[in-house]
Amino acid sequence: MPKDHGIGAAQKRREDVRFLTGAGQYTDDINVYGQTYCHFLRSDVAHGKIASIDTSAAAAMPGVVRIFTGTDFEGVGGLPCGWQVTDKNGDPMKEPPHPVLAQGKVRHVGEPICAVVAETLEQARDAAEAIELEIEELPAVVDMKAALEGGAAKVHDDLSDNLCYDWQFGSETAAVEAAFASAAHVTTLELVNNRLVANPMEPRVAVAEYARANDESTLYTTSQNPHVIRLLMGAFVLGIPEHKLRVVAPDVGGGFGTKIFHYAEEAFVTFAARQINRPVKWTSTRSEAFMSDAHGRDHVTKIELALDAENNFIGLRTDTLANMGAYLSTFASSVPTWLHGTLMAGNYKTPAIQVNVKAVFTNTVPVDAYRGAGRPEATFQLERLVDKAARELGVDPIKLRRQNFIESFPYATPVAVEYDTGDYVATMDKLEEMIDIPGFAARRAESEAKGKLRGLGVNCYIEACGIAPSNLVGQLGARAGLYDAATVRVNATGSISVMVGAHSHGQGHETAFPQVVADMLGIDESMIEIVHGDTSKIPFGMGTYGSRSLAVCGSAMVRATEKIINKAKKIAAHLMEASEGDIELQDGMFTVAGTDKSVAWGDVTLAAYVPHNYPLTEIEPGLEETAFYDPANFTYPAGAYACEVEVDPETGKVTIERFAAADDFGNVVNPMIVEGQVHGGLAQGIGQALLENCVYDADGQLLSASYMDYAMPRAGDVPFYKVDHSCATPCTHNPLGVKGCGEAGAIGSPPAVVNAVLDALNNAGHNVAHIDMPVSPHRVWQAMQG
Amino acid sequence: MYSFDVVRPKSVADAVAALGEEEAQALGGGQTLIPSLKQRLAMPSVLVSLASIDEIKGVSSEGGAVKIGGGTTHGAVAREVASSYPALAAMASNIGDPAVRNRGTVGGSLANNDPAACYPAAALASGATIVTNTREIAADDYFQGMFTTALEEGEIITAVSFPIPEKAAYIKFEQPASRFALVGVFVAKFGDGVRVAVTGASEEGVFRWTEAEAALSGDFSAAALDGLSVPADGLMTDLHGSAAYRAHLIGVLTKRAVAQA
Repeated sequence: MPKDHGIGAAQKRREDVRFLTGAGQYTDDINVYGQTYCHFLRSDVAHGKIASIDTSAAAAMPGVVRIFTGTDFEGVGGLPCGWQVTDKNGDPMKEPPHPVLAQGKVRHVGEPICAVVAETLEQARDAAEAIELEIEELPAVVDMKAALEGGAAKVHDDLSDNLCYDWQFGSETAAVEAAFASAAHVTTLELVNNRLVANPMEPRVAVAEYARANDESTLYTTSQNPHVIRLLMGAFVLGIPEHKLRVVAPDVGGGFGTKIFHYAEEAFVTFAARQINRPVKWTSTRSEAFMSDAHGRDHVTKIELALDAENNFIGLRTDTLANMGAYLSTFASSVPTWLHGTLMAGNYKTPAIQVNVKAVFTNTVPVDAYRGAGRPEATFQLERLVDKAARELGVDPIKLRRQNFIESFPYATPVAVEYDTGDYVATMDKLEEMIDIPGFAARRAESEAKGKLRGLGVNCYIEACGIAPSNLVGQLGARAGLYDAATVRVNATGSISVMVGAHSHGQGHETAFPQVVADMLGIDESMIEIVHGDTSKIPFGMGTYGSRSLAVCGSAMVRATEKIINKAKKIAAHLMEASEGDIELQDGMFTVAGTDKSVAWGDVTLAAYVPHNYPLTEIEPGLEETAFYDPANFTYPAGAYACEVEVDPETGKVTIERFAAADDFGNVVNPMIVEGQVHGGLAQGIGQALLENCVYDADGQLLSASYMDYAMPRAGDVPFYKVDHSCATPCTHNPLGVKGCGEAGAIGSPPAVVNAVLDALNNAGHNVAHIDMPVSPHRVWQAMQG
Repeated sequence: MYSFDVVRPKSVADAVAALGEEEAQALGGGQTLIPSLKQRLAMPSVLVSLASIDEIKGVSSEGGAVKIGGGTTHGAVAREVASSYPALAAMASNIGDPAVRNRGTVGGSLANNDPAACYPAAALASGATIVTNTREIAADDYFQGMFTTALEEGEIITAVSFPIPEKAAYIKFEQPASRFALVGVFVAKFGDGVRVAVTGASEEGVFRWTEAEAALSGDFSAAALDGLSVPADGLMTDLHGSAAYRAHLIGVLTKRAVAQA
């Protein structure tokens, strides 16, 4: 029988009651007495020198409180980058200033130049139109290869060129060259990992207020990590100490990575509220979101695989150009390097692997982490390459993968990480069963009878989640620790508030986290609430991204709960006049082992707060504990995915007929939430594979700047998925044995889709080696034309 | 959006009078105009809403044609011509989503003449008559290029009369993002010949594929189209398809429309 309680129970999400009944409290729902409204005048050219800004007429318009320009921010810090990458010559990456409002130059369409603060939003917009702005347009740098050529226009005049860093990682060049020299076969693939816009349902919003009497600022913002924003904005941009700055991220309607970063708009409203001594509110329009939210992906890669005569992988080499956009967003530099290069071994025991990445500045919106962040890019290139190798060699792509699987753990890869556990054979076995490989031939025949082509695509994936061991990432250039924290506050009557550093913006923490604590204490989940998203309430944790919440913050919560149990046992021992070592906790009752003596959970908690009969000389009253948890290693969720498509040979349209995902997430707390996370990730991965594409023209104008041209996946674009997480190898180094599930679907699905389309085309006699994503009808048709 | 006044006349005559004001703009279902206003791309002084004029709503039959009031929503058309002109109903039922279909109107769509809209193809293939407050305009004379029509300033589409063909079908191949027609082909077979109208493809907006019409008028079968193709010259190229791809799709979709009709 399925569990209905504690760890492993598929409990329905308690937060959905407020989300589905319109009772969520999002940042735009927050209105502060006396608030003003901010509208940003943004650049409509990709690259230009700001010749003049005249705000005098605009400042005299009705309702205008104040107009700010870049000069107001002279002497104020710029937006920081949180990760310093060292290039292959030992030099630090180039880190140009990233002003809150443009100074001297504009570097991408959408960059904020002026901010108008007015009594109403329409008044702010009216005044923005009255600003006289002269920009001398400069040649735009858009294409990454062209950006690196001599004589290319420079995004940042003070830098020698547009190269942010040239990074090399993994095996020594000699070892890799030797592998390729001895190869019986080399497969090469050049591909693009398409640029994406995250498009959370809720656009970004920031509301700031300032209490002059005690010099305190409060920022309400759409963030995945309020403490990170408080630290970055307070320490690096505005110079506000932590105790004078509160950051609140209330209900957040989806993040997908793009709400990790510290943005100019939230720094601006906090700054402006202090300047004018009134609250300031900014709500992004969807159009602004397209040109100011950090974009994702945008890699161009050449990858080569060396195989010996028995088809064993013996060497792998990659050469990637990674688009940084015009400025370094908060974690931009880490994505194509440490979140990408470290994953290039995939699920395979390739002995020599070298990863080369050049990060490039262009006149485009900054690019940073988006669901998966570096790991989808790694997975896509590797799994497309393995599929291409199988086709070239005429071997079964599943067999080729199986032959090269890592089968013993722990396994140290040539790219610096050590997989603690996994069972890639088991997930592949499960996948073959789920997708029904033996039935494929009959399904293909059915499709052909309808005039359609059918293809089957398979891939594996590995990811590094549970980000991250602080001492390790510190060596790699991270400028922050990546532990997390939880405070378990037991109230007098036994109810519990758990204050967590993780932030829930769709992940279901408010449901899953209590299941863990309830399981440990043997009490009902309804007695436990999760508090998150407010730096004035929660301990200094690092927030939610990189599939880390349960593995890192959940582990902190377990440690804090263990402290609670230890103390509660002392109190129980006192109440029952027994020895602490004899106390057992089960189903919310403390008993003295081997006796019928017991006290209930509530008796102990009440004694802690009404300590009349209490060992006051030995322990403090109260029952509240905090734990910080820093993981010993990443976690390594892995799995195997399969996709079956039908291709309409006349139009090139691809429809997904079947999709199966066999994941190893280690232990699972709430299987329903895990499945939901996989479903969402798959939709985003399928969106990348078939639909989504962020496109600039040669002048740096954003062509896909609205839903008229940026294709989001809709319900009808995705199939009914088969998902499974039964092949679990629990993580060996965190107390819950959990690995993380938030990004897997988005990481693992794009290659399966593209592999399936290529299988369909090649089986029908079209000799097509690769199609770049999105595999749109037009591109498929073009590929079929030869 | 910029500020403006709104008037809601109850009759065509009052609407025409209101549209005589400086910078007045007619508002049908608002599916194009309201987003333009929100983006501050239009700055009318007064919006003349046609939504309260009962005389331009509803569907009636008149001698082998369905006459649809210009203010009739796509949703109403989908329901009300389902038995009299099923291909037209099917087309209407596939425009946008339910919210769009419950606001957008046939008159608004034809007045706007978006080059990727569905209604222009239906009207042109049906040989419809666009009825305004002042005159009747044959569809062949009405469409004059992308976002351009024969309508005069202040002229209101009060009704559209669609002759009912013996057989008809509309096939829309959706642009993946907007779900407008990347290419849409409406085929209508009448006693005196076949009409084929193509939307989504041309830089000049909706057009008739006369070669296909001639072939289909002799033999109304997909096979009759073998060997025929539309030249790519003058067709649109954008993020979602080249002119050559659109030209190819016209051939494919026309065959499918004939097969489905």
